[in-house]
Amino acid sequence: MFILKLLIRNAFRHKLRTTLTIVGVAIAIVAFGLLRTLVDLWYAGVEASSASRLITRNAISLVFPLPISYKDRIRQVPGVKDVSWGNWFGGIYKDEKNFFPNFAVEPKSYLAMYPEYVIDPSQVKAFALDRKGCIVGRKTAERFGWKVGDQVTLRGTIFPGQWDFVIRGIYRGAQKNTDETQLFFHWDYLNETVKKTIARRADQVGFYMISLTKPEQAAEVSLAIDAIFKNSLAETLTETEKAFQMGFVSMTEAILVAIQIVSYVVIVIIMVVAANTMAMTARERIAEYATLKTLGFGAIHIAGVVFGESIVIAMIGGIAGVACTFPAAHWIETELSQFFPVFSIAPQTIVMDLAAALVVGVVAGIFPTWRGATIGIADGLRRIG
Amino acid sequence: MGIPYSYSFRNLWTRRLTTVLTASGMALVVFVFAATLMLAEGLRKTLVDTGSYDNVVVIRKSAQTEVQSGIDRSQAAVVETQPEIAVEGGERLVAKEIVVLISLPKRGSGKPSNVIIRGVSATSLLMRPQVKVIEGRMPRPGSAEIMAGASIAKRFKGGGIGETLRFGMRDWTVVGIFEAGNTGFSSEIWGDVDQLMQAFRRPVYSSIIFKLRDPSEFVRVKERIEGDPRLTLEAKREITFYADQSQAMAKFLRILGITLTIIFSLGAVIGAMITMYAAVANRVTEIGTLRALGFQRGSILAAFILESLFLGLLGGVVGLFFASFMQLVTISTMNWQTFSELAFTFSLTPGIIGKSLIFSLVMGFVGGLLPAFRAARMNIVDALRAT
Repeated sequence: MFILKLLIRNAFRHKLRTTLTIVGVAIAIVAFGLLRTLVDLWYAGVEASSASRLITRNAISLVFPLPISYKDRIRQVPGVKDVSWGNWFGGIYKDEKNFFPNFAVEPKSYLAMYPEYVIDPSQVKAFALDRKGCIVGRKTAERFGWKVGDQVTLRGTIFPGQWDFVIRGIYRGAQKNTDETQLFFHWDYLNETVKKTIARRADQVGFYMISLTKPEQAAEVSLAIDAIFKNSLAETLTETEKAFQMGFVSMTEAILVAIQIVSYVVIVIIMVVAANTMAMTARERIAEYATLKTLGFGAIHIAGVVFGESIVIAMIGGIAGVACTFPAAHWIETELSQFFPVFSIAPQTIVMDLAAALVVGVVAGIFPTWRGATIGIADGLRRIG
Repeated sequence: MGIPYSYSFRNLWTRRLTTVLTASGMALVVFVFAATLMLAEGLRKTLVDTGSYDNVVVIRKSAQTEVQSGIDRSQAAVVETQPEIAVEGGERLVAKEIVVLISLPKRGSGKPSNVIIRGVSATSLLMRPQVKVIEGRMPRPGSAEIMAGASIAKRFKGGGIGETLRFGMRDWTVVGIFEAGNTGFSSEIWGDVDQLMQAFRRPVYSSIIFKLRDPSEFVRVKERIEGDPRLTLEAKREITFYADQSQAMAKFLRILGITLTIIFSLGAVIGAMITMYAAVANRVTEIGTLRALGFQRGSILAAFILESLFLGLLGGVVGLFFASFMQLVTISTMNWQTFSELAFTFSLTPGIIGKSLIFSLVMGFVGGLLPAFRAARMNIVDALRAT
């Protein structure tokens, strides 16, 4: 306890410099924490998806549809529990800025496959009964102030036209990482309309969702499904939902890598600043260290004092940074919700933050500690610093 | 009478370790600052080079990208006969194209990514002078031949010359590699439009591109196409079209760049401040002596600010030196809006060099201002008394 007091008193001998350093470390830790969170966000879709659901899509690429007739053939594959299907609709609400994901899905089976969308059973029923009905995630509903019973119009980009929906339910996420921004409506409504307008595109689905009786059979079932449609006009590619989401992540890997590099660069920058502070501190106190040595304190003791000071400064900065990360994250979540559906700080990010602060303290302290510990008494006393 | 510049300069030389540490912190910040600017610039260049000002792209109304668009043959015929289309050597410069995405595995990692495959006709090349076949030959119309953009050939399996890709129940041979400079076309595969429409069983075109005989007639032709009751199409200048397509990416880079720059520069300014405060504190007697010799407060202020500016400039130059090597790096990522692969490089322009140096000087100035004031405000007697 006494040692800690000594370290803190020592650290604040130079109030201005130490305060500046602490502020610097705190800023760096906030930046580091937010960047790490941004990287986690990239994987949020992967984290939230399950390994026991399969997604079947056209083998050429996602933009090609599959015939609706495949659903019965997929259902016959051993190990398949249920099949649902849907289309990425890509509709726009008033303006492109208001982006949120929207899908046309088969209502009953789709919701049954996603237990993580928590929704009132009466609302599920109302949604299933109303062909023009839709359900939206809590966040999107809050963002536009929508209530159950409101009418929403989306402008189609892939399926031209103005599409009217009535909100029949609002779902919440069961976990923290569940995406609460999506909108789902009836695939039948889409198909009926497309039949009238662009007949050649009717009876086509964007993807099939498949639930399994035994999740460990995912690989065999995927192969079995793809084998059925081999050499047909629309060959399929089946993979687990996790792998499917991972595909998106790997496509934007370059940006991800850049953000990761930058998150470490910010720590290096602050390391340099902190090392500078400690180097100055040690330089000023050489005479003191020599005096302490004269009094009989050993090299270890002095090393502890210098090193401890470095750690104390870095850790105070680190803790201050962690404390500021939460309001910053909250601000991002409210102000930039269209970019980041979820922006929550994970516990491991906080651990990383503190670890980073500790590393800064250690690296900044190494050189001055070594100098303080190895200074010759005579040299130290001779120096006027 | 001011203090000689060499005084400021030599002070930095005296405390080499501290100078190096502070300047390297600043260099890192300038490096990140310059790199983000270069990235945004590289993206912009790619887009501007991709489109030409006198070309017009026509796609289905409210489709944001060529992939989402569909134009049936009867509508295409109406567009083809617009009088504003340029004629060259007896041929009307108009191309009906089909654009679809196919997912290809990357070389090395084997991870799939979406690549644009474009069905083109002979006029497509005439309208895009930046596209040149560098190896092999053009695909023959009516055959299952394709040519790949240089960056596809390098990065994707089956994209190299003589290799084959399988899609639409057929094998397609790559018979040529084309180079399209720093444009989006380098990340595309081109084949014969009719063959590809067959293979993908799409009876509709994705987009129609034509060259204007006079660039100023764009407004007129746009109004005619968009006002025609038979058509559900919209027309954009090619440049605008490509810029719109990566708006999200550009915005993302911009926001990321600004945020990082603000946060990082705070760190670097604090570093410079610490250094300069220490420099002042260590030289109290010296400052007192200078004042006693008759140097004005203003001269002291200037000398210290100059020292801090040197520090910033040093960081700026070092940071830029390292940032210039980033030009060798190509970033390829998925463009969220088009859903397809887009490759662009870091590009360094004189403007970015200027901005980065000014930025580093500003950091030095802000960091040195308060310490310099402290130095200038010192009382002569107290300063001389200090040990």
